[in-house]
Amino acid sequence: MRRCLASLFAVALILCAGPALAQRKATAENVPEIPYESVPDFLKLPAGEYLGEAVGVATNSKGHVFVYHRSAVTRLFEFDQNGNFVREIGKGYYGFEFAHSVRVDAEDNIWTVDEGTNVVTKFSPEGKVLMVLGRRPLAEAGPIATYTGPNLPAQKYIFCRPTDVAWDPQGDIFISDGYCNNRVVKYDRNGRFLAQEGSEKAGKDPGQFNLPHAIAADAQGNVYVADRSNFRYQVLDNNLKPKAVYDNVGVGWTVCVSQGPHQYLFASNSNPNGNRPGTWAITGEIYKMELDGTILGRFGHASKEFGGFQVVHMMDCRNPNEIIVGEIESWRVQKLILKPQAAKAVIR
Amino acid sequence: MRYVLPLLLATLGVHPVSAQTPVPEIAFDSAPNPLSLPDDIYLGEAAGVATNSKGDIFVFTRTGHPTVSLGTSRTFAHGGSRLFEFDKTGKFVREIGANSYGFMVAQQVRIDPQDNIWVVDQMTNYVIKFDPQGRVAMLLGRKAEAVTVPAPPQRTQAIAGGAPGAGEQTDLFERPTDVAWDAAGDIYVADGLGNARVAKFNKNGVFIKSWGAKGSEPGNFGTARSIAVDARGNVYVGDGGNRRIEVFDGDGNFKTQYTNVGNPQALCITPGPNQVLFVSNSNPPNDIDTAGEIYKMRLDGSVIGKFGRAGKLPKEFGTVNAIDCRSENALYVGEIGNMRVQKLTLH
Repeated sequence: MRRCLASLFAVALILCAGPALAQRKATAENVPEIPYESVPDFLKLPAGEYLGEAVGVATNSKGHVFVYHRSAVTRLFEFDQNGNFVREIGKGYYGFEFAHSVRVDAEDNIWTVDEGTNVVTKFSPEGKVLMVLGRRPLAEAGPIATYTGPNLPAQKYIFCRPTDVAWDPQGDIFISDGYCNNRVVKYDRNGRFLAQEGSEKAGKDPGQFNLPHAIAADAQGNVYVADRSNFRYQVLDNNLKPKAVYDNVGVGWTVCVSQGPHQYLFASNSNPNGNRPGTWAITGEIYKMELDGTILGRFGHASKEFGGFQVVHMMDCRNPNEIIVGEIESWRVQKLILKPQAAKAVIR
Repeated sequence: MRYVLPLLLATLGVHPVSAQTPVPEIAFDSAPNPLSLPDDIYLGEAAGVATNSKGDIFVFTRTGHPTVSLGTSRTFAHGGSRLFEFDKTGKFVREIGANSYGFMVAQQVRIDPQDNIWVVDQMTNYVIKFDPQGRVAMLLGRKAEAVTVPAPPQRTQAIAGGAPGAGEQTDLFERPTDVAWDAAGDIYVADGLGNARVAKFNKNGVFIKSWGAKGSEPGNFGTARSIAVDARGNVYVGDGGNRRIEVFDGDGNFKTQYTNVGNPQALCITPGPNQVLFVSNSNPPNDIDTAGEIYKMRLDGSVIGKFGRAGKLPKEFGTVNAIDCRSENALYVGEIGNMRVQKLTLH
């Protein structure tokens, strides 16, 4: 703390400011800029329907787009591959209170992660509940004060504001948990606990986390964790043992691994919720990387305008040249067409 | 003490747990998709499930949390649970009690011999009798007018007066859990998680008495979790806090207890001449690696067999909170953890 107070450097001030303003300029240099276009009016909402904070977005194998968003109540919408509204899933469902993530597994089941109820739900492609992980705390006899004490001990089957879900090729389940635990949990495909890395306590060592905010797995079963408040991504093996750290691409908001024979890693240095003057100049871009951390290029920038990003919270990268991003602060989902062949190096 | 204990247990009719005695496994199946829900209706925690004489299925479920109004003279809360009816094939029929003042945290639903539908809500502290058409026919208890801000440290609304669990003689409840009737129609309410007693009313809703208080002695309860009455009028109470079933006569005199079946979160006694008791040793909601099995017992407490375990697959159970056993070999179970109802066929 003394070091923070004594410092006159802007970076130190930012680090002292707490998570609401957490940001970091990526240290990677000379990264090629990947040209892209944002598809105009991609999602077509029925008249009278609105998206709220579009924190979760995912596609299934048919290209249907699922948006899990914070409206007056948290809601899950399905659109077809052309962005036409299909239906709402989970209307009034007990496991929805404050959206955080939606992902679609290899069988096109739809998984939601809700940080208000602490419930992770597996819906069938038809939208029926197949499995529930975690439990919503039972209603209290009155509004409860915000808990400010130290994190309570992590439990095998209970989450504390979980953030995201991923699967390995065997169907084992990985959950990043979350804002008041600091761990990754692995379950078998039937929901039985197998392992965890990290704990309720935040930490900086390999295998420790400080706000694990998103998670993805590759075809070899490696696990990629956006370790947000540590400003890094951690790579874990299938048994959650630490393998590598990528800390040169900024804050570590969200992560996506594309499908197909050559998988890519996408990582977003999203601008924070709450920006000081100049913040947008050094944040907001998304990186395209090889799984080993080699940076291939970057695209996008912080902006409220169409085509720019306002706190990208989640990416779908099923097709590595068609990225769908969900943004918190513009209540917006954009479909981006990347043109990697046209990428050219720029000096920054 | 070592010499006294067996004698004491024998006197009380206790059947001690014997690790050496294997309990037979009962083979069973779970029907796929027993309930077909409309696309815009989702079960939450399926706290209660029951059937009527026609085989219609009633599910009382926690569909969301109560919402509060900000900025009023006090803080008012409402909503959070719904009651659904399905026909015997599992087809959705209707919702009963939509937007009822009495629905906040669903706890149980039971059907009496006249096919009236009784629901127990552990936050409004109501036991509500709906007639078969779905109209309110009788109310027991009362909802607290407003909620306390911040919430009291112990989760009870303390509207019944006196310290929670003190066994107050009152017709108001604190987090009641279950309801049952004897042959005369007298009503027995397990009350519950805030109180620790059984309250008895006559069939017209006149409060007669209550018995039991917080404690572990015979006749007291850790929590009064579940209740059922046999054809002779004996009252079986699942004491979750003390992991036992206590048996009383209809006046509340303690008769015996069964300590061999774990945490009796759900109880059911079959109708008919040869009654048996089903009891769920429900796993805690935060763990599926322990307990979860359901026991089939004779009314004397001897175990006939058991089936199932905790888990998330079909034929596994996630904190069973309700058992319907109108048919001895075709059960419905309502689960907290898995937010579902399973229809089980025992072989």
